[in-house]
Amino acid sequence: MKKKLALLLVTAMTVSGLVACGKSEAPTQEAAAPAQEEAQAEDEAAVAEDETPEQEEAAPAADGELITVGFAQVGHESDWRAANTKNYQDTFSAENGYELSFVDCDNDHAVQIETVRGFIEQELDYICIAPIQSAGWDTVLQEAQDAGIPVLIVDRAVDADPSLYTTALGCDMIAEGEAAGNWLAEYLGDKEANILVIEGSVGASATLGRTEGFDNILSQHDNWTKLDSQSGDFTQAGGQEVMESFIKTYGQGGFNVVVCQNDNEAYGAMDAMDAAGITYGVDGDVQIISFDATHDGLQYTLDGKITCNVECNPLQAGFAEEVIKKLEAGEAVDAWTLVKDEAFVAPGIESQYAVTMSQEVLDGRAY
Amino acid sequence: MEKIKKITKMKLFLPVFSMLLVMLINVVYDIAAGNAPLGFFAISINNGILYGRLIDVLNRGSEVAILAIGMTLVVSASAGTDISVGSVMSLSGGLCCMLLAGYGMTNVSEYNVPLWVGMLAGIAIACVCGLFNGFLVAYMNIQPMVATLILWSAGRAIGLLLCNSNIVYVRVPSFQFFGGYCGIIPTPIIIAALCVAIAGSVLRLTALGTYIQSVGINKRASRISGFNSAKIILLCYVICGLCAGIAGLVATCRIYSADTNNIGLNMELDAILAVALGGNSLGGGKFNLAGSVIGAYTIQAITTTLYALGVSSAQAPVFKAIVVILIVVIQSEPVRAYFKKMSAKKEAVKA
Repeated sequence: MKKKLALLLVTAMTVSGLVACGKSEAPTQEAAAPAQEEAQAEDEAAVAEDETPEQEEAAPAADGELITVGFAQVGHESDWRAANTKNYQDTFSAENGYELSFVDCDNDHAVQIETVRGFIEQELDYICIAPIQSAGWDTVLQEAQDAGIPVLIVDRAVDADPSLYTTALGCDMIAEGEAAGNWLAEYLGDKEANILVIEGSVGASATLGRTEGFDNILSQHDNWTKLDSQSGDFTQAGGQEVMESFIKTYGQGGFNVVVCQNDNEAYGAMDAMDAAGITYGVDGDVQIISFDATHDGLQYTLDGKITCNVECNPLQAGFAEEVIKKLEAGEAVDAWTLVKDEAFVAPGIESQYAVTMSQEVLDGRAY
Repeated sequence: MEKIKKITKMKLFLPVFSMLLVMLINVVYDIAAGNAPLGFFAISINNGILYGRLIDVLNRGSEVAILAIGMTLVVSASAGTDISVGSVMSLSGGLCCMLLAGYGMTNVSEYNVPLWVGMLAGIAIACVCGLFNGFLVAYMNIQPMVATLILWSAGRAIGLLLCNSNIVYVRVPSFQFFGGYCGIIPTPIIIAALCVAIAGSVLRLTALGTYIQSVGINKRASRISGFNSAKIILLCYVICGLCAGIAGLVATCRIYSADTNNIGLNMELDAILAVALGGNSLGGGKFNLAGSVIGAYTIQAITTTLYALGVSSAQAPVFKAIVVILIVVIQSEPVRAYFKKMSAKKEAVKA
């Protein structure tokens, strides 16, 4: 009896494991399958049917020739990515004169390469790639070039000769750091700043860029001091632990600015300051600067707790469309297009570098 | 002289010595920097709660200390390590928050089910994970690392699935209490102390400790002498799962959310290191629970020291490695034999 029970247990665990795997793979298969069918069948609107049914209804032939665009997306790992995907699907819609082949590559580099090959075989007009990893793109980019299809590298970068693709676009992490610094300079005026930095994961591109950008501005101000800088690993628990230690080292009143390189770290830093009885925010002793501008993070900005929050803009499709329009018109395009990030500041602060937060701004956010 | 000799011969001498050595770094640094020499050890009450670096070490080290209890027993009984504890922590926290918030919700300010249901479910799933690991090791004779590798990878994934790949926030004060403060003392310290006290007294007052060591030293001989070796190994893995569940809930309550991607990440390595720093052999057999717990706090003391010294995050792992190597070498057999020989020589000269 006991043995049977044990066997049952193993079976149950295995099955649940399999279910777990199956679920995470499902979107890839669903998304990849239409792409393959499309190669044979004439261009049916294969855009992820389950997600945007309204695009299917639009008859492609109704308003003449549609521009076909393939988009090999990274996956669906975060709210940010979901907003990014939806933005592409909304922008490259049939009403706007496009037909988008969207493939969710579920963080699998090999799937992404094959997806791009599929796009080339289908002879699409344009291909957008949000590369999962930066290496290993030379061959397939060469194939696209040989086929004469312009390639746009979006969101992330690739390690390939720039001559192999048409253009790249994405956020500039250094610019984000500089935006935070510029705002702080404007906010503080001539006052001195004792700054503590809670960095992101060591070596991450966001960590490196945001640190470099902020330091660029820091070095222009003699009365700004960067007291310390430690990694909080982009997590709330990390931010909390690092902040606890900072408070012990520098003491209450020993610092007046805390820079957290993402929102989660800022939540942790706020918890630690609450416990130590340090006031922060617009009316407090300490000003918090955060990055990412997620919905929760902006809520804190609206409440005046995070004084400044710099976003990493997921709404990039408009920039991609602009590039494609230029190419259609036969104009030259820049090798690199910057996706403009915005900064948000707490109500009551006016800034030339940032948008003042209000309930309308928060409600109007796409994610 | 006799007294010193007696102290150095005690089982806990080396683990405690190592921890003090780590803390000594702070004293040296503080003197060099012109701060109060004992600043690291200062404890005060600030804003109505205990405040000080030593409190941070005790507070932040709670999770690893709880994990170290279970890991010590697993190592002793099966001569192998349970590498799934970090993942199980995440799974238990994920299930607890998912139940408390309701599936698909990401941000709630009141419970969907009573608090104890969520907590109990989190601990129960962790025990089931322990049962699964224990069954594979004890009855299927699979090597512990291979057996626990399954949940090492699957546990976190199931947790993510339960939380719909989101961070689930439960913003209720009674939930935050378990990761916050109980009066002036951080609650995690109390939970860890309770766990250590219960485990210590059960092992001491009952024969369980002896059984476990006996199975660890020789599984077959123990079976022949009448112990149900497999059952004892299974029990150790269930206790290890239970510890992981409790640690997972503490980590979850700290941030009042199930951050399933990050809770307990790489913590299995800290737990194993704690067992080793406690002077336990990873080959199984005799164990020293107090040593493991001290080992756990030593690891946290290293981390806190690196923060206090302001070592940059990029270089911190190198410093951590150097300190760990020193501690392990001090406790190694050849070094201990050397010191014994030296003191014997002195003794001979005196005579």
